[in-house]
Amino acid sequence: MLSTLSLRRRWGIKMIENKRSHYIQKILTHIVFITVSLCCVVPILFVISAAFTDDLVLAQEGYKLIPGKFSLEAFVYIFKSPKQILNSYGVTITTTVVGTVISLLLTSMLAYVMARKDFKASRLISFMVFFTMLFNGGMVPSYIMITRYYGLKNTIWAMILPYVIVPWHVFLMKGFFSDLPITLVEAAKIDGGSEIGIFFRIVAPISKPAFATVGLFCAFTYWNDWWLSMLYIEDAKLTSLQYYLYRIMNNIQFLSTSLTAGNITIDRSQIPSETARMALCVLAAGPMLIIFPFFQKYFVKGLTVGAIKG
Amino acid sequence: MTNKRIVKLSKINWGLVILALPGMIFLIAFYYIPLFGIVIPFKQIDYSKGILGSDWVGLKNFKFFFGSQDAWRITRNTLGLNFIFITLTMILSVIMALLLFELGRSAVKIYQTALFVPYFISWVVASYILYAMISPEMGAVTNMMKSMGKIPENLYYKPEVWPVILTLAYLWKNVGYMTLLFYTALIGIDSSYFEAAAIDGAGKIQLMLKISIPYIKPVIIMMTLLQIGKIFYSDFGMFYFLTRNSGGLYATTDVIDTYVFRALRVTGDIGMSSAVGLFQSFVGLILVLTSNLIVKKSNPDHAIF
Repeated sequence: MLSTLSLRRRWGIKMIENKRSHYIQKILTHIVFITVSLCCVVPILFVISAAFTDDLVLAQEGYKLIPGKFSLEAFVYIFKSPKQILNSYGVTITTTVVGTVISLLLTSMLAYVMARKDFKASRLISFMVFFTMLFNGGMVPSYIMITRYYGLKNTIWAMILPYVIVPWHVFLMKGFFSDLPITLVEAAKIDGGSEIGIFFRIVAPISKPAFATVGLFCAFTYWNDWWLSMLYIEDAKLTSLQYYLYRIMNNIQFLSTSLTAGNITIDRSQIPSETARMALCVLAAGPMLIIFPFFQKYFVKGLTVGAIKG
Repeated sequence: MTNKRIVKLSKINWGLVILALPGMIFLIAFYYIPLFGIVIPFKQIDYSKGILGSDWVGLKNFKFFFGSQDAWRITRNTLGLNFIFITLTMILSVIMALLLFELGRSAVKIYQTALFVPYFISWVVASYILYAMISPEMGAVTNMMKSMGKIPENLYYKPEVWPVILTLAYLWKNVGYMTLLFYTALIGIDSSYFEAAAIDGAGKIQLMLKISIPYIKPVIIMMTLLQIGKIFYSDFGMFYFLTRNSGGLYATTDVIDTYVFRALRVTGDIGMSSAVGLFQSFVGLILVLTSNLIVKKSNPDHAIF
């Protein structure tokens, strides 16, 4: 009796001690994550604040978290001659919308077939898609194919077609379809449905989360892409947002080093200002950042489930 | 003569074939037909003769590359930095996932949003952010150094600091995503394991070591394997945009991908760029297969295939 009493007392004390250290641990953990979260987000603020800063003040005081002197002059400057930025927006929106639609359609159809275990070729197809993730010919063969044999150089299709089928997206979609019971298909067949009909009229409507998730990834791939533009686009009219951002980036470097090296005073009002470039950056990256929190749960589910299941 | 292998046309599920066809066409067009390009490095490409008609030159392109000084530099940079990236990312994200696991769901949601943000920022945009921080005249970090009395240097001309900058940038972009990946795996653990262990008097550290980590070991191994397969590749965007392709930094920032890109687009040297590209793919394949085999020997469940 005595022994059990002291046992309980010891256990009770241990519980209280645990609660206190547990509390401290939790606070420390929160501190860690608050710090990390700030590290993730704060650097972006430098760009955003610079976009809203008076250009002269930026030159004097440098990049800060809060504008030294709030000003919309950078955006005004851009919108005075908005031709290039509007053009780039048009290009990016077009490639994203068209690309996502085509990509979703073809990816889902392919993934569906891969998920149909009763189909004899599904394993072969799955392997063929998987193999591309292990081995490819490299940058050069693709480049030669697309420019010389497919004739896509300097066309808008060069920015769309290469990403229509992305193996990772296909597997992500397949993961979703694999969860559907085969009985669904069998029942529909008994009712006299064709395979194509079953896919579009039964499977697709109930797979809306799958389409939303993969669709978001496709859209994200297209919107943020600069790679295809760098390889295949030379026409100024076909410049995507990201590629445009990259092209004007080098001018800042040139500006900056020539100023520090030569100690030359240049009339800043004549040069397209640094704040204008930062404003362009905000305009280019803004949409994705604003949309992201709303669709966050789809992104999270896709990225994590896709990696674990795939 | 056996009829076993002849597939009756009437027995083929044509509906599914039609569904898969468009996707397969794109797959073949953009992934498999370029595979024929494997021959390109072994030939002296003359466009007037076409790829098939051009002359064979054997390993000349490979010898040219491996004999050059650049080969050592870019391979060292690629492998060395990748090794640092993979190790640090894995360690940090596993630790952070374990810590995150201790917190409540509503807090996790907030941190999740913040952690994910860098992943969605393209390297072009990130290069603006970096510029805002280390610009020789006006960067935030530069200003901080000025106020501390140090003379600011143009970091865009100092190769020595870039392994650090690149590592930090890589971690900034990827640790959030990896942490959430492991966190999702951790959620899958049956809570009764923890309860049982806690009753037996296990402390937090023990719970982590004996339950959490072993449970997500397959995921950790799989992610590591995948990254090993890509160890001769780099995130082109990061290396090209953050450095602004500054030649002065090539000593520590030029990697295989940036080298091949310049050879292809700037110099137009098809022979060498294709040779290096093939080298990357080939070695990557061998690495994945080998490491997969090694893992299979110790624990078949953990291997990818």
